[in-house]
Amino acid sequence: MSAHGANPNRIERFAVSSRRRRTDRLARGGVLAGTLIALVPLVLVVYYLLREGLGAWSPHFFTTDPTGNTFFKSSDIGGIRSAMVGTIEMVALASAIAVPAGIGVAVWLVEYGRGHWFAQLVRFFVDVLTGVPSIVFGLFIYIVLVVGTGFAGYKGSFALALLMLPVVTRSAEVVLLLVPGALRESALALGAERWKVIFRVVLPTALSGMVTGVLLAVARAAGETAPLLFTAGATNKVNYNLSQTMNSLPVQIYTDVTSPTQSVVDRAWGAALTLVVLILILNLLARLVSRRSRLA
Amino acid sequence: MTPDASSSPTTGAPSLPDSPAVPTGSAATPAGSAATPTESTATPAGPAEYERERMLQPGSQPAPPASTSAPAPTSAAGVVKRGPQVRLHQLRAFYGSAEQVKGIDLEFPANQVTAIIGPSGCGKSTMVRCINRMHEEIPGARAEGRVLLDELDLYDSSVDVIAVRRAVGMVFQKPNPFPTMSVFDNVAAGLRLTGIGRGELRPRVEAALRDAGLWDEVSDRLSEPGVGLSGGQQQRLCIARSLAVDPEVLLMDEPCSALDPIATLKIEELIAALKQRVTIVIVTHNMQQAARVADRTAFMLSGEMVEVGPTQDIFTAPSDPRTEEYVTGKFG
Repeated sequence: MSAHGANPNRIERFAVSSRRRRTDRLARGGVLAGTLIALVPLVLVVYYLLREGLGAWSPHFFTTDPTGNTFFKSSDIGGIRSAMVGTIEMVALASAIAVPAGIGVAVWLVEYGRGHWFAQLVRFFVDVLTGVPSIVFGLFIYIVLVVGTGFAGYKGSFALALLMLPVVTRSAEVVLLLVPGALRESALALGAERWKVIFRVVLPTALSGMVTGVLLAVARAAGETAPLLFTAGATNKVNYNLSQTMNSLPVQIYTDVTSPTQSVVDRAWGAALTLVVLILILNLLARLVSRRSRLA
Repeated sequence: MTPDASSSPTTGAPSLPDSPAVPTGSAATPAGSAATPTESTATPAGPAEYERERMLQPGSQPAPPASTSAPAPTSAAGVVKRGPQVRLHQLRAFYGSAEQVKGIDLEFPANQVTAIIGPSGCGKSTMVRCINRMHEEIPGARAEGRVLLDELDLYDSSVDVIAVRRAVGMVFQKPNPFPTMSVFDNVAAGLRLTGIGRGELRPRVEAALRDAGLWDEVSDRLSEPGVGLSGGQQQRLCIARSLAVDPEVLLMDEPCSALDPIATLKIEELIAALKQRVTIVIVTHNMQQAARVADRTAFMLSGEMVEVGPTQDIFTAPSDPRTEEYVTGKFG
């Protein structure tokens, strides 16, 4: 007793000080408050989208084209079929161009160009491209392809592809850098050619991460209005042919939301909700596909 | 490609700067070289010479038939396959301008286990990675000198680096099964990556897993992910993956440093069994391990070969005082 009782302040010595307790509570509260504040706009966006958009949805909404008859309250304004078709087709073509190209650039940067001055240059330009406003890409395609020949869906796709390219490249590069060098080494040590190592080991390992990056790019492209306005043009009629002018969801929203007619503004909400749901579905599909790959 | 190989069956010999007279091992081993058996260099002339041919084919298309036809049986068939002798001649390795391996002469006798010991950073791994030419994969790294597989210089300009790595397998420090592949696919990866036919995959995978002493443990979970195995099993899976492509030399770079003692014991038993078939070079920090598995041991210090000889001599009667200090734990 006497030996162990030498220090009467034992418990106090190990107790948490009230100052530290206060600081901890304050810091936790601050972080939580920040999270809640950030959630507010997110929740509001989803709430308004659902509240305003769901009302516009109907079978008619998805199966008819805009009629352009928006002057009389009683007239049928039509749905968003042409806009959906246009967005899906144009984004699909843009992805078909930008995804292989972007992944190709990333593979070169990571697997072949390490430490090379040209790789540094490419990386710099990719960073610059990421920061270019989307309307500039539209303008570029407008000057190069549209002037003198007119609008077309594929020209819109080109503008979107330019927009997607740096996003795909950057995200794929980051994921490829995460693939452990030991995997490349052990595949090379088995006597595999470098291209086989890339196709059979590196890319499958990085797949799920790359899917995420590609989806970000697709979502961004699907929501862009500016590059489409003066490349794909605007039309009401449904058009499956990418060489004709094409409607798209963002452009439809853009033209509808400025209308004085309430039913047309409602259609803008419905189109916005449709766009979000389309991207969500795409996201879920891609997750399902990439779930098969495992990155340890 | 085929007519070329048949019309000049001895392409390997004339292109070589023939150097059987170079006393590679003798520089550091005045006493040890006497104990080195040299009969193995003479016997495998037939099949080994045949194997040499494929290394000179840049495309190495004829490799699969060559390795499965009569002269190159796997150990599973019960026929003893001999590994080659490996000799380093004035091997120097650089990272940029820093010289990490400073002119090493060393001989790895056929079908023996040679352990490389030495303190961290002394160039053990770098030296070993020169044998399968993995060293040059590091940006800025290069090697000088010669690495002779029997009589073939692996650094000869006509030698295909891909073929070198098929002949000289490697097991790394950390078990690194391919994370996207099942147990089966991991072993089959070497075969698929090197373009060996689909039909013979299954028996070869099984043979490799048996050789690695892993078949009984994984035969009912071949389709499960390779990374789901325990650490020791993963390392044996990596050994099986290396064995599947039928190498002649196996380099092991601290293969047990990430494993517990029981898993280590299994790998060591495996090494003892595998040397019937391949020539083994093992880098280790664990001197007990060197004493247990190695026929010969080489001690390296600061990129130089201090001493090499029969393992027992190195540990009980080293001729160099630095070796004695290291093996008795005075430094390193």
